[in-house]
Amino acid sequence: MTSLILRMAFLLLLALPAWAQEKDYAATLPGLAGGFGEIAGAVERLGALGDPRALPVLQALQEGKLLKAGDGHVLVPRGAGYADAATGAPADPAGAEPVRLNNRVRQALRGALGRLQLVSPDAVERGAAAEAIFRSRSAEDVPLLQAAIGREQDAGVRARLELALAAAQLVAPDDSVKRDAIARLGAAGTVEARALLLEARAAAPALAGPIEAAIARIDQSLAIRRAAETLFQGLSLGSVLLLAALGLAVTFGVMGVINMAHGEFVMLGAYATFAVQELCRGIPWLAPWSLPLSVPAAFLVTAACGALLERGLIRHLYGRPLETLLMTFGVGMIIQQAVRLAFGAQNREVISPSWMQGTITLPGGVAVTQNRLWIIVFGLLVLALVFAAIRLTRFGLEMRAVVQNRRIAATMGIRTGRVDAMTFAFGSGLAGMAGVALSQIDNVSPNLGTGYIIDSFMVVVFGGVGSLAGTLVGALTLGVVNKMLEPYAGAVLAKVFVLVAIMLFIQRRPKGLFALKGRAAES
Amino acid sequence: MSATLASPPPAGSGRLTLRLLMLGAVLLLAVLPALNRLPADSALHVSDFIVSVSGKWITYAILALAIDLAWGYAGILSLGHGAFFTLGGYAIGMHLMRLIGPRGVYGHPVLPDFMVFLGYKELPWYWLGFDHFPFALLMAMAVPGLLAAVVGYLAFRSRITGVYFSIITQAMTYALMLAFFRNDMGFGGNNGFTDFKELLGMPLNTPTARSALFYASLALLVLSYALCSRITQSKLGRVLVAIRDAESRVRFLGYDVTRHKLFVFVLSAVLAGLAGALYVPQVGIINPGEFSPGNSIEAVIWVAVGGRGTLVGALLGAFSVNALKTWLTTVAPDLWLFALGGLFVAVTLFLPRGLIGLVSKVAK
Amino acid sequence: MSDGLSPPLGAARDAASVLYLDGVSVVFDGFRALNNLSLIVGAGELRAIIGPNGAGKTTMMDVITGKTRPTEGVVRFRDHDLTRLDEATIANLGIGRKFQKPTMFDALTVFENLELALKAPRGPVACLRWALSGEARRRIEAVMEEVGLTARSRDRAAILSHGQRQWLEIGMLLMQDPELLLVDEPVAGMTDQETEHTAALLVRIAGRRSVVVVEHDLEFVRALGSKVTVLCEGSMLSEGSIDHVQNDPRVIEVYLGR
Repeated sequence: MTSLILRMAFLLLLALPAWAQEKDYAATLPGLAGGFGEIAGAVERLGALGDPRALPVLQALQEGKLLKAGDGHVLVPRGAGYADAATGAPADPAGAEPVRLNNRVRQALRGALGRLQLVSPDAVERGAAAEAIFRSRSAEDVPLLQAAIGREQDAGVRARLELALAAAQLVAPDDSVKRDAIARLGAAGTVEARALLLEARAAAPALAGPIEAAIARIDQSLAIRRAAETLFQGLSLGSVLLLAALGLAVTFGVMGVINMAHGEFVMLGAYATFAVQELCRGIPWLAPWSLPLSVPAAFLVTAACGALLERGLIRHLYGRPLETLLMTFGVGMIIQQAVRLAFGAQNREVISPSWMQGTITLPGGVAVTQNRLWIIVFGLLVLALVFAAIRLTRFGLEMRAVVQNRRIAATMGIRTGRVDAMTFAFGSGLAGMAGVALSQIDNVSPNLGTGYIIDSFMVVVFGGVGSLAGTLVGALTLGVVNKMLEPYAGAVLAKVFVLVAIMLFIQRRPKGLFALKGRAAES
Repeated sequence: MSATLASPPPAGSGRLTLRLLMLGAVLLLAVLPALNRLPADSALHVSDFIVSVSGKWITYAILALAIDLAWGYAGILSLGHGAFFTLGGYAIGMHLMRLIGPRGVYGHPVLPDFMVFLGYKELPWYWLGFDHFPFALLMAMAVPGLLAAVVGYLAFRSRITGVYFSIITQAMTYALMLAFFRNDMGFGGNNGFTDFKELLGMPLNTPTARSALFYASLALLVLSYALCSRITQSKLGRVLVAIRDAESRVRFLGYDVTRHKLFVFVLSAVLAGLAGALYVPQVGIINPGEFSPGNSIEAVIWVAVGGRGTLVGALLGAFSVNALKTWLTTVAPDLWLFALGGLFVAVTLFLPRGLIGLVSKVAK
Repeated sequence: MSDGLSPPLGAARDAASVLYLDGVSVVFDGFRALNNLSLIVGAGELRAIIGPNGAGKTTMMDVITGKTRPTEGVVRFRDHDLTRLDEATIANLGIGRKFQKPTMFDALTVFENLELALKAPRGPVACLRWALSGEARRRIEAVMEEVGLTARSRDRAAILSHGQRQWLEIGMLLMQDPELLLVDEPVAGMTDQETEHTAALLVRIAGRRSVVVVEHDLEFVRALGSKVTVLCEGSMLSEGSIDHVQNDPRVIEVYLGR
């Protein structure tokens, strides 16, 4: 019995603030129809009440759309007409005039709106509210923020609320609260927290010790995050190099054919992507899938070109690498000029599908762009494809047999000419797939390939000719090293340094990172 | 393969014909500036265009000789010889910039216009000395030579040969292009150097300067040819051919292959640098675009078209391909790249010994 | 000593020894091409080396001439540690090599090939300034006479027959005037008469220099009349006179197979 009473009393206690709030809300509204001082007071009270109904009222006030009727009622716009702010009943705006603002009211509004948005059901609004409170920080917001943090489900919003709370606590009178806030800001490890601490150091010299420690901690975590972001950018550049170099790893690494038109095959792949996009444009349900469709299309187009090039020209020059180099360079020029005449010299735009756009934030605040992330994934998938093709298929077996001993392979009934053509077509097709990826991050223009060809050869030479693992490690290393040098040397000098470094590296390991050893490597 | 490339020494009468033809060609070139001075309505008058274009081609021919010495004889296919040529050009370009003096747009007594524009307060240290012509000329040889020595030493010592060396030299010229495009390198960024006023007291763009530069180029061509043929006919020439055809065998005979290759590569780079130094005052401009890998490989194809491994072939190729280029880029500019690409394909597939090979085949 | 199954390795090196290999191993990716091989060749000695395919004969020559670096072991030529020197330096110390597959410069004439091999300053500038002296010409002509190529002096090496190429390479070896000659399968592709001639030539050379001959042709080895070393799986299997090794049961088992 007693427990029942207690429970009822408890429930009543919970309901009481709501009831009180209800009364206060209605009682506060007329203040908005008064002078500037009264308006500012009413705004602050409404903000402190935390009643969701106050939100549209204050928003209308901020936009200058709140009307005051002569009798102290205020009207908010609703749909095409107006409603009484206290009762919600439709009202006639005739004779009512807008509530005017001054700077004091505006300031009060910002704080109040911030607090009210904290209870909004929309996470974006709550995040914006946390941001607003962070900027207008005052010690009075502390309980409000603590309550909001308790309710908050969204991790991102919660982090921003915590930051706002720490900011508010930094201006609190109590030193122990400040120390606590400083420690938490140090743990947050963001640029904003660092700025806040610097500000607090100037304001409270007594706390310089803990503040310095917290800043040092932030600097450390910022450094780690920067390193992680550099690593990501490096991996992303590395996977672009990987994609461009994988085809070379097959044609140059496995077959020993040096194809200077490889860059042009990459470019053709990018144009194939553009062409597929244009074809899909007219078919609404197909349009979002044009990029995935481009992958096989680009592969087939460039593989066909590759087969044609190998059968038509390259095969007559086997065993004469320097001539092959010059000849394929000429073929590259012809392809480039043909594309320039066919598609024009200007850049063509390939649109990224929506699922590849935007940025995502990894734990720890590392921001990565979606398209770069997809290119890393794509690069690894293509690597897996190449590995599988070489190691697990009949074609791969025949290819390896022909490479190792052409004459014996022929006597075993392998049609070596066909294997050569298919291998070269495969490598060229890989170039086309690289072109699909490049169309997402680079300008699709006739000289797209020239920028990548030298880098890809460097990858293959650095990694070790004929080794897929070498190509992977070589590409990623070059990508990461390039990006690591960039902050110090700038993009161009970084590239120059990397080229010089590769030349010096080849001094120590002339056959690259993953050199083939033994008799097979001698020839 | 090597057997088809090697050129048997032309028989006695063939060699004589060849020498007479070359002498004739040199004399023909030598009278061009004189014919240019004739009145415009004279039947023998040669236009300014012809004189300046042939002057330019002569420097190209020197570059072709340099490439042929390294590639045709020693088997070192450099796809970065344009870099040596351009560096030589930049060295003389720096001298020409210093000579502008206060006549620049900004009228600064020492600094070239682009430095004033970029807010330089004083001349960078590496511009010192370039106001003296002998120093600039020395640098036009020393800088390419030194670069070739470093790159060549690193590559030859670790036995980087064939296409690997080609790719590395291509990367070298590519890296230089990227570097020279930067404004803070102090070489005028992507605009390079231009608006030259004078050289050795001669105002440029006058008939006197044109013919002086023309004769200087022709003299250098004759000297380079003499030097190259002295080398190729000596035992060194035979060692180089041996290195080209069977490098490791030469080592087992006790020759230090690295030193021989380095010798010929550096010499070749110095020749290319000198050619570039004569090229720039004739065309009146130098910019980083000259470093583009495409330029170097185009020069290689001159040699291939003419016939590598023969010095005459290099000259023939440089003149004929450039004549084709000049003609085609005026009548059908879109076709030029197709023609050039086609030349690469045709020469490698059907004419491994180039036009010279074709001529000697027809002669038989 | 000559009938011993193995040379006295622990003993101090013979002052007269020219080539000294001790405990030499070469490992390619786990495959032991040479396995703890030891060999001593004395001054003026003629030594024949035989063994089945893959026994390590060519690898041994590669190690001596600096083409391949041993994984472990000592390789000395007189007082020089060959494991630290490059091919050209080793060649200039006085070690000449004839390859299994005749290798010369096809674009050059027979005379020019011999001229390149002639012992003379090897630097680029020296080559540029080189003028053929009367004495050098006489030496080249004498060697051409010796190897029977006088009539082909002005022909390019590319058009020689296989036997003539063998001779030209032997001629180049003679021009180098080396202290130690390594001769890999000199009589492959030669007629019987030429084989006899070659054997006589090598025996004659051996008086003044050391010669190591790798050969499959047992009749030829018998004609050399020298000490024979049998290699198998990268190690020495047997050593002694030709009759000795031909009767060695281990040799019969792995090599002669009879």
